[in-house]
Amino acid sequence: MTLVKTKIGRRAFIRNTGLASGGLVIGFSWLASCKMTPEQVNSLPDEWFELNGFLKVGDNGMVTIMSPNPEIGQNVKTSMPMIVAEELDTAWKNVIVEQAPLNTDIFTRQLAGGSQSIRQGWESLRMAGATARHMLKEAAAQAWGVSADEITTEDGVLTHEASGNSAGYGEMASAATNIEVPEEVQLKDNGNFSIIGTDKKNVDGPKIVTGQPLFGLDVYKEGMLTAMIVHPPAFGMKFKSMNAESVKSMPGIKDVFHFEAYPEDVQKTWSDGGAIPELVAIVGDSTWECMQAKKALDVEWEEASDLESTSYHDQALASLLEKPQEEPARKDGDVDAAFAKAAKIVESTYSAPYLAHNTMEPMNFFAHVTPEKAELLGPIQTPEFLEQTLVSRLGMPAEKIDIMMTRMGGGFGRRLYGTFAVEAAAISQKMNAPVKLVYSREDDMTQGTYRPSYKVKFKAGLDETGNLIAWHVRGAGTNDDLIFENRFPAGAVDNYLAEKHSLQTNVTTGAWRAPRSNFIAGAEQAFMDEVAEAAGKDPLEFRLELFDRAINNPVGDPEKNDYDPERYAGVLKLVKEKANWGSESGKARGVAAYYCHNSYVAQVLELEDGGDMPRVDKITCAVDCGIVINPLAAKNQIEGGMIDGIGHSTYSALTFEDGRPQQSNFDRYRLMRHSEAPKNIEVHFVDNGIDPTGLGEPSLPPAIGALSNALYQATGRRYYNQPFINDKPPLVG
Amino acid sequence: MATFTININGTKQEVDVDPSTPVLWVLRDHLNLVGTKYGCGIAQCGACTIHLDGTATRACMLTVSSVGNSEITTIEGLSEEGDHPVQKAWLEVDVPQCGYCQAGQIMTASALLEKNPNPTDEEIEMAMNGNICRCGTYTRIKKAVKLAAKS
Repeated sequence: MTLVKTKIGRRAFIRNTGLASGGLVIGFSWLASCKMTPEQVNSLPDEWFELNGFLKVGDNGMVTIMSPNPEIGQNVKTSMPMIVAEELDTAWKNVIVEQAPLNTDIFTRQLAGGSQSIRQGWESLRMAGATARHMLKEAAAQAWGVSADEITTEDGVLTHEASGNSAGYGEMASAATNIEVPEEVQLKDNGNFSIIGTDKKNVDGPKIVTGQPLFGLDVYKEGMLTAMIVHPPAFGMKFKSMNAESVKSMPGIKDVFHFEAYPEDVQKTWSDGGAIPELVAIVGDSTWECMQAKKALDVEWEEASDLESTSYHDQALASLLEKPQEEPARKDGDVDAAFAKAAKIVESTYSAPYLAHNTMEPMNFFAHVTPEKAELLGPIQTPEFLEQTLVSRLGMPAEKIDIMMTRMGGGFGRRLYGTFAVEAAAISQKMNAPVKLVYSREDDMTQGTYRPSYKVKFKAGLDETGNLIAWHVRGAGTNDDLIFENRFPAGAVDNYLAEKHSLQTNVTTGAWRAPRSNFIAGAEQAFMDEVAEAAGKDPLEFRLELFDRAINNPVGDPEKNDYDPERYAGVLKLVKEKANWGSESGKARGVAAYYCHNSYVAQVLELEDGGDMPRVDKITCAVDCGIVINPLAAKNQIEGGMIDGIGHSTYSALTFEDGRPQQSNFDRYRLMRHSEAPKNIEVHFVDNGIDPTGLGEPSLPPAIGALSNALYQATGRRYYNQPFINDKPPLVG
Repeated sequence: MATFTININGTKQEVDVDPSTPVLWVLRDHLNLVGTKYGCGIAQCGACTIHLDGTATRACMLTVSSVGNSEITTIEGLSEEGDHPVQKAWLEVDVPQCGYCQAGQIMTASALLEKNPNPTDEEIEMAMNGNICRCGTYTRIKKAVKLAAKS
């Protein structure tokens, strides 16, 4: 067993902290409104005993585990409590999971982003379970007059074999609350798990399939008003004037007003990215009445800055690709000299458009702000940052602001930017009433914080024997400089040059699932295929040769490289074996691998025969994310990530004319549908017992490369410009 | 405003709303049935799918005044105990990620199986194509529909 100090999240182990701070136990009536399953009702204990901020044990042995992080569909509401339950050593069937509210006294990093929930929560979640288990054992030891070291636990039962004593956790729960919180606890050895590594179904599954209220948009409260906003129709425009009088008298409308969501003196955090300072609010009794008023409202806007079009973004990014970076992001060897003596040079340019996040549940938030306190409830990936902004925006100390997270109808990075929650709070404060702000799909898609538009140019040099001797990458993005200069193939090529540029634009951008990687991986892996072809080598073996170089004789300081070449090569070897790479499948195949969010993913993708845009028949995927907490859900994330990457790179784009988004709903913004989805997906995990890393994002980026490479095999055309459905590449060779 | 009596999940419900109000918002804002989701408002995403006399229908563009005596079934009324074969298959396969679109997917799938108890892969895809899943659970959805068809 591993002995660890309980220092992380120490305050979580001071019992009743939650009671003192008021955040944990003063639940919103929302929680009570969520109907429990009959089994849960029947098994509820008479009394709960809180052993630490993460969990309480009932007198009948049931355990409630708080899931600290926001749930956006990445399944942390199941997998994080699994980790607590593992170290507590209770049976999973006896666990009830509750979403924790924002409580910075108890929890650390209550954030859904960067695929970090499990990786960064791993230690404190284990400690929470192990500490409670220790306290239960101590309580039993005192009751039975034996040494705690001789007591074993399994499935929520304490046993002292020598004396023949045995008790359920529920019987010792009350006494355990009087046990000192230990300074150190023993954790289980990795590999000695009974819950971690087993398939556990989504804890919200029964509520999801029966349509019970779970999401922010499902919040309805006594006396609640509905609000909608009107934002400028184009980036670069701002509010000028409006005629609201006739709209105010429409049925069900309470008020229509212009307001400053973000006055100049508000202290913003990065989480307020994309904030629109001035908006119009429509407040009424019901959503449909607000929508009708919104249609009827006549608002005049004025130009505040440039009105940019997609043609401008494309030209400006293209000219940045012609411009060297003054101080290159990374430079190994001498690329110019290497290209001068290269036997073959390959050069290609790739591009991708802006993308909207398009969570299926549009932005929304409930807020009830009174002079005494603020209650907020809704879908937010960054509740702690939201609280910081609200302190400034509402002029209210953090103690008076309660934030509760609902389950989210998708995140993908969009709900990292809680401007909609700030808007809801501002509207509630002005109305002095409980308000639910609802964005229409059109509001949502045209609001901003998009995935940036990108372009990248690669140039590679090969010697006479097909060895890669030079690699030059120059990338540019809107409000984002795209290149991770220390990622592969840095460290694997003698002469390497990485340059990057950012084009400042007024179309707001933000993190979109696997930021930057969601474009650069596909481009890099498609280019790698072109280079392998020029070298006359098998594309998978070509990559493995480069990893061998990075393992055995790395270029530059290997510490600088942002990847572990052995783990990288490991997923490629696993996918090679599982997909039977090298044998004739009779189908067009592409391979790709990528590392991001601390995890490694490789894929072999096979296409059906026929057409310019043939359908994916099968993807074989190998993943190294260390310990897999919940394989059933982990595979779901990997499957979804690949479909996300393939769908968006094939079909989706957001374009602009004079600052106006040209797509505002799913009629013109195309997302992948059932008949276009991959038919079969197979996921394999590397079993290495390493502490767990990210899983929500890493499968998306390489899928685009694997698709490009398979498309080339199927069609003889190289696809360079996303969305591929609009690309008209010439036949190669 | 006008009074409408509509038949929802086997119960007659009276609502006083503007005749143009879509059934989606009648269910959500007036009858506390929030399982039917808002996704696009233009019948492109399928999140609001209900059964209108047994046929999968988008509630976001179905005005309350056009319903008449037709029978509406929502996700809440699909089964009493959440044990419709499609619901059970969804849980067995562990389909949902975020879960937001799944009520609509289940309503479309259950209407399909009612009319075609043994659909081919192509028939499933054609029937389900109006339902977007942004999380990409398409392969699991198809697996669950086939599992439900077997039971």
